[in-house]
Amino acid sequence: MSAVSFQQVTKSYVSAGRTVAALQGVSFDIQEGEFFGLLGPNGAGKTTLISILAGLSRATTGKVTVRGHDVVTDYAFARRQLGVVPQELVFDPFFSVREALMIQSAYFGLNKNGAWVDELLHHLGLSDKADANMRQLSGGMKRRVLVAQALVHKPPVIVLDEPTAGVDVELRQTLWQFIARLNKDGHTVLLTTHYLEEAEALCHRIGMLKQGKLVALDRTSALLAGTAHTMLRFKTDDPLPAALAEQARITGRIVQLPAHDAAEIEAILATLRQSQCRVEDLEIGRADLEDVFLSIMQGVHA
Amino acid sequence: MSGLINALRLSGAWPLFVKEVLRFWKVAFQTVAAPVLTAVLYLLIFGHVLQGKVEVFNGVGYTRFLIPGLVMMSLLQNAFANSSSSLVQSKITGNLVFLLLTPLSHRAWFVAYVGASLVRGLAVGLGVFLVTGWFAPPGLAEPWWAVIFALLGGSLLGALGLIAGLWAEKFDHMAVFQNFIIMPMTFLSGVFYSVHSLPPFWLGLSHLNPFFYLIDGFRRGFFGVSDVSPWLSLGVVGSATLGVSLIALHLLKTGYKIRH
Repeated sequence: MSAVSFQQVTKSYVSAGRTVAALQGVSFDIQEGEFFGLLGPNGAGKTTLISILAGLSRATTGKVTVRGHDVVTDYAFARRQLGVVPQELVFDPFFSVREALMIQSAYFGLNKNGAWVDELLHHLGLSDKADANMRQLSGGMKRRVLVAQALVHKPPVIVLDEPTAGVDVELRQTLWQFIARLNKDGHTVLLTTHYLEEAEALCHRIGMLKQGKLVALDRTSALLAGTAHTMLRFKTDDPLPAALAEQARITGRIVQLPAHDAAEIEAILATLRQSQCRVEDLEIGRADLEDVFLSIMQGVHA
Repeated sequence: MSGLINALRLSGAWPLFVKEVLRFWKVAFQTVAAPVLTAVLYLLIFGHVLQGKVEVFNGVGYTRFLIPGLVMMSLLQNAFANSSSSLVQSKITGNLVFLLLTPLSHRAWFVAYVGASLVRGLAVGLGVFLVTGWFAPPGLAEPWWAVIFALLGGSLLGALGLIAGLWAEKFDHMAVFQNFIIMPMTFLSGVFYSVHSLPPFWLGLSHLNPFFYLIDGFRRGFFGVSDVSPWLSLGVVGSATLGVSLIALHLLKTGYKIRH
C-alpha cells in the first residue's frame, strides 16, 4: 500500500473572472518509507497539491489517499497519518511554545505527550525557548516550532512545504539531520523545496511539476543519469558572445554551459577566445539536479 | 459529567474548548472586565437620569428594571465577540491552519467555539450582575427562566459569531456585522425600556427581533413579570438557536471560506 497516492487530481478555480487550472490530472504514488521530493517553479501547483493532501483545499476532480484512506471521506484517519509543516510562518500569539505543542497534541487525543514534546524541543534546539511566548521568537525559531507542531502526534507521513525558505544554515543542518533520522526510522517524507541541492542530497525519488502537470517522475539517480552531459563552469566579467549566451546559465559572474564531449568544450573555448572574453576558475563537472530541473522546465530534456 | 468530558476529549472538542477559553481568559481585563465596566457606566448614567421618572413594571424602579437587560446585553455581545473575533483573527493571521490539519469534526469545532463563547458570555453577564446588583438588587423571582435564557442567549450568539467569523475576511467585515446587525438588534430589544411604551409600528417590529424574547424571558426570571409569555419567548429563542446552529454546522461541514 502506498503511503500517499494522487489519482488524476485536478484543481481549477475562478480568479478575476478567469478559470485557472492549477492542477491538470496529476497522478503518482509515494511508497512507505520513501523520501520524496516535489519540485517545480513558483505557481507550478506544489502547494495546491499539498493543500489537497492535507485537507486545506479540495480537489475539483480526482482522488487522494493516505495509506489507503481517502482524504475527504475518511479525513480523520488521513489527518492522523499526516504531519504537515506549512509554508507560511504562522503562529498563535496567545501561547508559549510548550503550550502550543501541548494544545496541538490534545487535538490528536494525546493528553500525556510531555515526554515526546520535550524530545522534539530538544532535537529542534528549542529547549531554552519552551516557555517563551511565540511572539518573542525569531523567524527561524518560529519555523522550528512549526516543525515540532507537525510532529506532535508522530505521524507516519511527514509533509514539508518549503521548510527551509529564508532559514539560516544552522537550522537547515539541524532540521535535515532530524528529518533524515525520522526517515530512517520509517517515516515517509514528502518535501517541496526551492533548494535543489537539498532535494538532490535527501530525496530518493523526485517528481517535477510544471504548470499543474507532472513532467518528470523518477529516482533521483536516474534523473541525474538522464542528463548525460557535463557542464563547463567559469567566471567572467566580460559579456558573453551571443551564441553562448543563449544556452548559458548565468549567476552573477558564474557562467555554466552544457557540453556533451571534448569537442564541444573546445568549440566553446574557441568562441570565447575569438570574442576576447577573459575567463577565470575554469572547471568541468557533472550536471546536477539544477541542470536537470532547468532542462525539463524549458521542455528540452537532454 | 466525566463521561461527557471524556467523549469531548476523544472528539478533540475539549482541548479546542479549553484553548478558546484560555484565549480570552489570558486577556480577561479586556474581554471580561472592560465590558463589565461599560455596563456599569450605562447603569449609572441611565439609572441616574431616569430613576423616578420611568416605572416600567408596577413596583419595579428603573434602575432595578435596567439590570437584567444590561446583564443580557453584555452576555450576548461578548458571546458573539468571542467566537467571531477568534475565528477572524485565526483566519487573518493564518494560524487556523493548525486546527484545519487536525482530525476534529465539524461538530467538535461547533461545540468548542460555541461552548467557549457561552463561558465568556456567562462570565461577563455574571460580572455585570454582581456589580450592578450591588447598586440595586433586582431579586430573583423565577430564577430558572434567567438560567435558561442566559444559556440559550449565549449559545445563539456564539453560533451567530461562528457564522460571522467564517464569513468575514477582514476586521472591516466583522465591524459591519457587529455595528449593523448585533448592536441595533440588542439596543432595539427592550434593554432600556419596555417595548409596550413604543408606538405600534416599533412595537410590531420589536416582536420580530429574537433578542427581544431573550431579554424579556430573562427579565421574567428576576421580576416574575414579562411583556409576553416566557413560553412564547422560549419557543422563539429555541427555534432561532436551533436554526442558527444548523447553519453554522453546515458551513463548518462544507468548509465555507476555510477549506478552498
